[in-house]
Amino acid sequence: MQRYDAVIVGAGHNGLVTAAYLAKAGKKVMVLERRHLIGGAAVSEQLYPGFTYSSCSYVCSLLRPEIMRDLDLPRHGLQVNPYETSSCPTHHGEPLVMYHDADRNRRSMSRHSARDAEAYDCYSLEIRRQCRFIKPLLMMTPPDPTSFKWGDIEGLLRLGRTFGQMGERQMYDILRFWTMSIADFLDEYFESEIVKALSAGSSIIGTALGPRSPGSAYVLLHHYMGEVDGEIGAWGFARGGMGSVSKAIAGAAREAGAEIRTEAEVTAVIVKGGKAVGVALADGEEVYGTAIVSNLDPKRTFLKILPRQHLPEEVYEQAERFKIRGSSGKLNIALDALPQFKGLPYDAHCGAIEIGDSLDYLERAFDDYKYGQWSRRPFLDIVIPSTVDPTMAPPGKHYMSVFVQYVPYKLADGPWTDEKRQAFGDTVIDTISEYCPNFRDLILHCQVRTPWDLENEVGLTEGNIFHGELTLDQLMFNRPFPGAAQYRTPVRNFYMCGSGTHPGGGVMGAPGANAAREILKDFKGRVLS
Amino acid sequence: MSEQYLRETPFHDRIAAVASAQSWERWQGHITAVTLGGMDREYFAIRNSASVYDVSPLIKYRITGADAARFVDRLITRDVARCAIGQAYYTPWCDDDGKVIEDGTLFRLGKADFLLNAALHNLHWLRDTAYGFDVTIEDVSAEIAGLSVQGPLAQTVLIAMGIGGLERLAHMRLAETRLDDRPMRVSRTGFTGDLGYELWIRPGDASWLWDRLMAAGALYNVLPIGSAALNHARIEAGFILVNVDFISATYALRPSQKRSPYELGLGWAVNLKKDGYFIGKRALLAERKAATPRRALVGLEIDGRKPAVDAFIYAGKREVGRTTSAIWSPTLKKNIAIASIAGDQALPGTELGIEIWHPKELKIERSMVGCRVVHRPFYDPPRKKA
Ligand SMILES: Cc1cc2nc3c(=O)[nH]c(=O)nc-3n(C[C@H](O)[C@H](O)[C@H](O)COP(=O)(O)OP(=O)(O)OC[C@H]3O[C@@H](n4cnc5c(N)ncnc54)[C@H](O)[C@@H]3O)c2cc1C
Repeated sequence: MQRYDAVIVGAGHNGLVTAAYLAKAGKKVMVLERRHLIGGAAVSEQLYPGFTYSSCSYVCSLLRPEIMRDLDLPRHGLQVNPYETSSCPTHHGEPLVMYHDADRNRRSMSRHSARDAEAYDCYSLEIRRQCRFIKPLLMMTPPDPTSFKWGDIEGLLRLGRTFGQMGERQMYDILRFWTMSIADFLDEYFESEIVKALSAGSSIIGTALGPRSPGSAYVLLHHYMGEVDGEIGAWGFARGGMGSVSKAIAGAAREAGAEIRTEAEVTAVIVKGGKAVGVALADGEEVYGTAIVSNLDPKRTFLKILPRQHLPEEVYEQAERFKIRGSSGKLNIALDALPQFKGLPYDAHCGAIEIGDSLDYLERAFDDYKYGQWSRRPFLDIVIPSTVDPTMAPPGKHYMSVFVQYVPYKLADGPWTDEKRQAFGDTVIDTISEYCPNFRDLILHCQVRTPWDLENEVGLTEGNIFHGELTLDQLMFNRPFPGAAQYRTPVRNFYMCGSGTHPGGGVMGAPGANAAREILKDFKGRVLS
Repeated sequence: MSEQYLRETPFHDRIAAVASAQSWERWQGHITAVTLGGMDREYFAIRNSASVYDVSPLIKYRITGADAARFVDRLITRDVARCAIGQAYYTPWCDDDGKVIEDGTLFRLGKADFLLNAALHNLHWLRDTAYGFDVTIEDVSAEIAGLSVQGPLAQTVLIAMGIGGLERLAHMRLAETRLDDRPMRVSRTGFTGDLGYELWIRPGDASWLWDRLMAAGALYNVLPIGSAALNHARIEAGFILVNVDFISATYALRPSQKRSPYELGLGWAVNLKKDGYFIGKRALLAERKAATPRRALVGLEIDGRKPAVDAFIYAGKREVGRTTSAIWSPTLKKNIAIASIAGDQALPGTELGIEIWHPKELKIERSMVGCRVVHRPFYDPPRKKA
């Protein structure tokens, strides 16, 4: 019987990052993936001839540069091409187009409000100041403020030092920012509704919060703390779709000797004498290892694959209480030609196009969701990667990714059905058609995914894209819950490395890298044996 | 169908026609010339005859309304009560911590009518701080075009052109006049530290003004110049530039990089005695009470002739600062720099060391030479104010 140093459950990009770091440190690693393809929510799929879909995640920014370098990802095929605009078409006057170039952006924004065009500098600076605080925390294990271990105290000191450099006002700002609503925050800077709406988009993506819900400002920060080549807050397209991120990481892991098996669903973690020792697969096979690492979200980790008798009741309850509300859907569309959005210049079609031109629009979209309906007029985050990446669609044709907010996992009127999925897809296409009249005629193929589909296909509980809500009660030393926030669990030799751990979701790799560091520490300290 | 996203100034056609160097850069969203034909000629026009520089991209805010004077008094560190109608004031403005947001020129056009000339966008700050005041603040940048005419012959040329009353216009004063029946504002201001004027007109009159000026100036070697020559002159004049010599408090990511007027050598422009509160007053009062400022922006005269660009400054072995602007001054025949240094090293006459890295035939060489703190401006000819 084979025995591994580490068995990783799930080949999401985080599981693969953990595998790569462990393998590079000389450990014998096995990754077991339920699906026929690796990558979890970072995958590329060909569902229509000639087209490649980034079927879940679609844009890249959060992936930590430290990881790209450590694992030499460009050599394994990773290339990220930044895009430079975000725009918002509207029925009320001119669309808003925001550009990467400061002069161009100011000129464009001032069509809506000269004051906002100027306030934007201050606004983005404030966000960058907030990022400066959070960035050093991303690649570190969150220190536990209740522990008196040296490592935790040292971590807290480091945090304190970053905090201490900030000046009193900034510290207040940080505390305020982490808890306030994005609507309140934007009101402090902007007067134009469309400017606020376009800025608020990133604060509602993937969350079950509305723009007026406290805590939504942090979600915005979560989308801002990435970078492309040092450009903070910039986003780009991974060449070949988001699957190439996973493929590159897997390449690095395999090169270092890790094995990756697909169509190998783990049904249970095998626990002996209070210690995780292996996993059982759906076909009855058992795989043994010293460290067992779960890339699954906290609910699946603690409530599905870990037999309940091995968990303290309190932890079981914490896992049950963990907030992981699905709220997003996705359409992947093959188009016969480039659609023309009302009033948008060509450049704007090469970046993000957001539908939702006022905070009221976004909040109403949220209202429908609260009561168990998909938004009748949803917020859409649209990109057409084929405008930049020639590998995504045949020449002249285009692949469009439509991220939809809000879509409930549980509908008020009973379970999801094929008809409802169809009706949901129609709502989205009708919404796009309002800004793009001949849109339907261009559609060659369309894949519609609800949170229910995301759960069943990708294994995201309730379809939550972040493996759990990004609110202060579930961040840092609270993620996923106190006492389990340092990638270790109450079961010995059983670890977590997915987005349900610090610093959270997105194609970031940080949870995976941090988990690997803690696991290696335990190998070294002979805690793991 | 992508639009042109840099603006052309109202003088662009005229300048482009003579800009054989085709050396352009951006200035606040506009295309402007770095040099038109030759930087040396352009520089010496400033100090030897008369230069013409397009200042249209400057940001101009018009502040009017019953409370305009009260509002401006709260905004800036100088005392507006002492600024006469028709006077120009150079002044910094601060945030509540007494850190400089920017420095610029304030024109008092009327009892309750001001024009604030700025290098950075401030509308957001101005409108926020105007809350509760009966004032209107408008960005009028695009409504006013400007040419700066600077140099020993500036007055001669403008008089030859037909602008009346210049002999009586004192330094830092404004005159509203007309020429060929077109309105024109003349201010005796500039960024060169020399005798000079700025002419402010309607954008539609730009080509007319340019042609008139060039015709009148032909006999006096008047030369259009770009930003490179101007930058030399402004360093000699000791003028500081926001986001070059200091970071605007609005743009600083790190609070430690913000600077108070005292730390920039602008203490003379802070009037702590003026009535009532002005933004930053409390912090500036506290700073005044404390001993020497933490940092200082000083002038340096440096041995040798290698421009000390981005050079570190030492007091013995201790690193005490770095240069923010540095040139070889062709007029003074001196190696000069503006530098940000520790407050305790800022007394004029203080001898320091400076580490200059300079390229030499594809090699980078390091030289460690002496330098001393001197008063700014480096260059201040009597004709500037005469
Ligand atoms: C629609 C959508 C759009 C998104 N857009 C973006 C975006 O544009 N940019 C961005 O940065 N982030 C985006 N995200 C978020 C991001 O994709 C995820 O947070 C991230 O990919 C999660 O990575 P992970 O490795 O932690 O977990 P996952 O990717 O969820 O990986 C978990 C893996 O475990 C496998 N698994 C599950 N159960 C078992 C089992 N029993 N046995 C074996 N294997 C199992 C799954 O199949 C999966 O491969 C999006 C997510 C979604 C769903």
